[in-house]
Amino acid sequence: MKRAFLIVLAAGAGLAVVPWLGLPAFYESILYLVLHWIALATSWNLLSGYSGYFSFGHGAFFGIGMYTTATLATRFDIPFLWTLPAAAVVAALVGALLGAVAFRVQAVRAELFSLLTLAATFVVATIILNTPIDGGPGVYMSAVAVPQIGPTAAGTFYLLALCAAVLTVLAALAVYHSRFGTGLFAIHDDEDVAEVMGVPTYRYKLGAFALSSGLAGVVGGVHALFISYVTTGDTFTIAMPLTVVLMAVLGGTRHWAGPIVGATAITLLLYAFTGGDSAIIGKGLTGLVLIAVILFMPQGLLGQALKWWSARRDAPAAPAASAAPAHAEAPAASAHAAAPVAAASARPAANAGEVLLRAEGVRKSFKGVHALRGVSLEVRRGEILGLLGPNGSGKSTFINVASGHYAVTAGLIEFEGRRISGVPAHRIAQGGIARTYQIPRPFAHLTVLENVALPAMFGAAALDRQTAEAEAWQWLAFTGLTERAHALPADLNLHQRKFLEFARALASRPQVLMLDEVLSGLTPSEIDEAVALIRRIRDQGATIVFVEHVMRAVMALCDRIVVFNRGEVLAEGVPHDVMQRPEVVSAYLGQAMEERAPVAPASAHAVVPNAGKELAHA
Amino acid sequence: MNFPSATLLAQSVLAGLFTGALYGLLGLGLSLSWGMLRQINLAHFALAFLGAYLTYELSSHRGIDPLLTLAVIVPLFFVLGVALHWVLTRFRVSPFNSLLVTFGITVIIEALLQWTWTADYRKLESSYAEHKLQIGPLFLPVPELITLVLGVGISLAVWFALRSTDLGKAMRAAAEDAPIAAAFGVNQNALALMLSGLNAALAGVAGVCIALAYTLSPSQIYAWIGVVFAAVMLGGLGRPLGPLIAGCVIGVTEAVTMTVTAPSWAPLVSFSLLMFVLLVRPGRVA
Repeated sequence: MKRAFLIVLAAGAGLAVVPWLGLPAFYESILYLVLHWIALATSWNLLSGYSGYFSFGHGAFFGIGMYTTATLATRFDIPFLWTLPAAAVVAALVGALLGAVAFRVQAVRAELFSLLTLAATFVVATIILNTPIDGGPGVYMSAVAVPQIGPTAAGTFYLLALCAAVLTVLAALAVYHSRFGTGLFAIHDDEDVAEVMGVPTYRYKLGAFALSSGLAGVVGGVHALFISYVTTGDTFTIAMPLTVVLMAVLGGTRHWAGPIVGATAITLLLYAFTGGDSAIIGKGLTGLVLIAVILFMPQGLLGQALKWWSARRDAPAAPAASAAPAHAEAPAASAHAAAPVAAASARPAANAGEVLLRAEGVRKSFKGVHALRGVSLEVRRGEILGLLGPNGSGKSTFINVASGHYAVTAGLIEFEGRRISGVPAHRIAQGGIARTYQIPRPFAHLTVLENVALPAMFGAAALDRQTAEAEAWQWLAFTGLTERAHALPADLNLHQRKFLEFARALASRPQVLMLDEVLSGLTPSEIDEAVALIRRIRDQGATIVFVEHVMRAVMALCDRIVVFNRGEVLAEGVPHDVMQRPEVVSAYLGQAMEERAPVAPASAHAVVPNAGKELAHA
Repeated sequence: MNFPSATLLAQSVLAGLFTGALYGLLGLGLSLSWGMLRQINLAHFALAFLGAYLTYELSSHRGIDPLLTLAVIVPLFFVLGVALHWVLTRFRVSPFNSLLVTFGITVIIEALLQWTWTADYRKLESSYAEHKLQIGPLFLPVPELITLVLGVGISLAVWFALRSTDLGKAMRAAAEDAPIAAAFGVNQNALALMLSGLNAALAGVAGVCIALAYTLSPSQIYAWIGVVFAAVMLGGLGRPLGPLIAGCVIGVTEAVTMTVTAPSWAPLVSFSLLMFVLLVRPGRVA
């Protein structure tokens, strides 16, 4: 990262001498345009490429920057350079305002966000056009003095664009390598999961939107003086944001430098075809390039190149592949002895058994479907609590509610005596509750290692990136995934993906771990492995809430169980007793069990009451 | 702000209905392809203008009646629509990427139009434009009337076809859950190709209407995008009557806004409405 910073700064410094080389002015103009588009595409990418919220409203913030500068410089005679910070601030504020409204509505994602920002562009344009800010004829800036930074006016504009581009790229680079950036990439892949793992998604999206808009505002401010005549018709177009999208997508949106590649390529392409008919050909070619890139190279030029490069680098390194695991071995060796959860287990056994999590009268309805109808239960420190019940009885909903994935309709949930119902999911995660998903939901574009490091950074542990990675290695060793650390989740089998869910939940060092059907779909031998794993976790002192249908595992692991039926708690107590109760038996089978013969003990997935009986008889 | 006379107001409501019908006609294909094929087809607007320019060419230079050009344009565009869908499914393009791919197509068509007909403004001089019906103090220009009739007629026909014919029911089933529909014997690939062809043909029809009533220039492609998307989303995705009704609501509000305030305020209405719908009723469009 430091190296990339230095390279960008060195490139900026090197390019800064261009105006003094005595090149014809037109070189400065074309370079101005290249830098202008680099700054715009990179600032767009900061929100849209990183977080996946594709804004089509970048033109609005660019335009707000233009008009802020134009207004301040012509009406209030403020020196041009002083208007640029103002342009940034006004654009960032409008962006934050729009984001504050838009990001509150959960459903406004993907294409709906694109349309919303597009619509915002034209609302802004209409307001500017019809108020004294513009009033119709446009704003002439010919009387505004161009600051004397370079030897010529063209040189000055070139240097201003260079500053804007370097500033934007450095911002994109800094975000890319920060917690903030990690969180944004997680939002891109699966926003709900990111939130449940402790990423403050709302704040991050808002921050990225404001930063992205503010940078676009600066570029707009510079461009206003460059063209020296500002009109709404030429500023607030749909072509501008789409061009920016094209550039970023062409270069690759998942890398900070992608938009630089794309913007340079497109600007030079268009420049090569300026004038008359060839401009039309250039336009047609950009269209073709966009289509070709999306169909054949969805990761973009840079993304593709990096992939090719890493494949080439790894190929000769294959014999030495043990190098990576070797690095892993060191922390892994200590994993069993001094695994991080051990710290939690150091809590005196004296308070084992105290109530850690308490639900009281929790209700959850989905448009008239009552998934939970007044659930009250307690989870005690250090225990393994099994949640059982037929399909649709509300077990998973309870986990979703307790982890903040869904908001409760009514009722109260307390964790360590503090209310957590109604608290955003990321704060619950930071407080020490982690969960797995029944169907694994890994971040698809992050490696297995990054997937596990993320909750260590954002969850209860709140580690910095390097410590989080070391921690992640430990949990990969713990779950037997060390060898797959650099694979993408799509390359794992179901068993490994389920264990990845484990590793992610554990990496946040939770006090309460909620496991949602982690065993379903596994083979009997894989189940044995998983049961051993859960034992190890518990032995280290974590409290576990366990939703499961595999009775063998439930009976082997749980200290207590709670049986759900139709969104209510039907029974609660020691597994042995509860499974014998007639109401539990009939909830599962709809009839009394007395006359039934015990089922053959071999079946691992035996229907619950049978298994209960079987164990009871054993 | 000046308050216009009743006649002026009525005339502007009428004008709003006429534009609204065109919004509805343009939005219909867009809504069907988004709601039922999960493709956000920006190229719909470019296709409409391609249709408009073809009408202009055939009618101004070959002397064919503008309405008769439909006989050429509808089958031709049907084939284009089928081809587009084939490409998008062949490469498994996601809904969002379909937006980008069709933007690429839009840019190419725009370049093509500019290459063939230059960036100058073109206006089709047809015999229809000379006629105006008069009802009391109100004038009804014939080209706009044709648009209104086509818009209402086609929207109703599509609505009826989707609702009541076997083919339409199969299409709706495939849109709802393609694998299940396929399990019940619906050839959803063929239906999707057909629907995409239909959507493109609808763009062609809208193009003929644009040629009849408006001045053409390649950059005008982009002028319609925002307001038609607003009509599509307000009307609810995949609902055949939605764009027409929403389009007329937007058209009338715009026209009245223009009469009461200044024409330049008109975009505020449709785009504020679109933002409002997106923020308050996102479930309606998602």
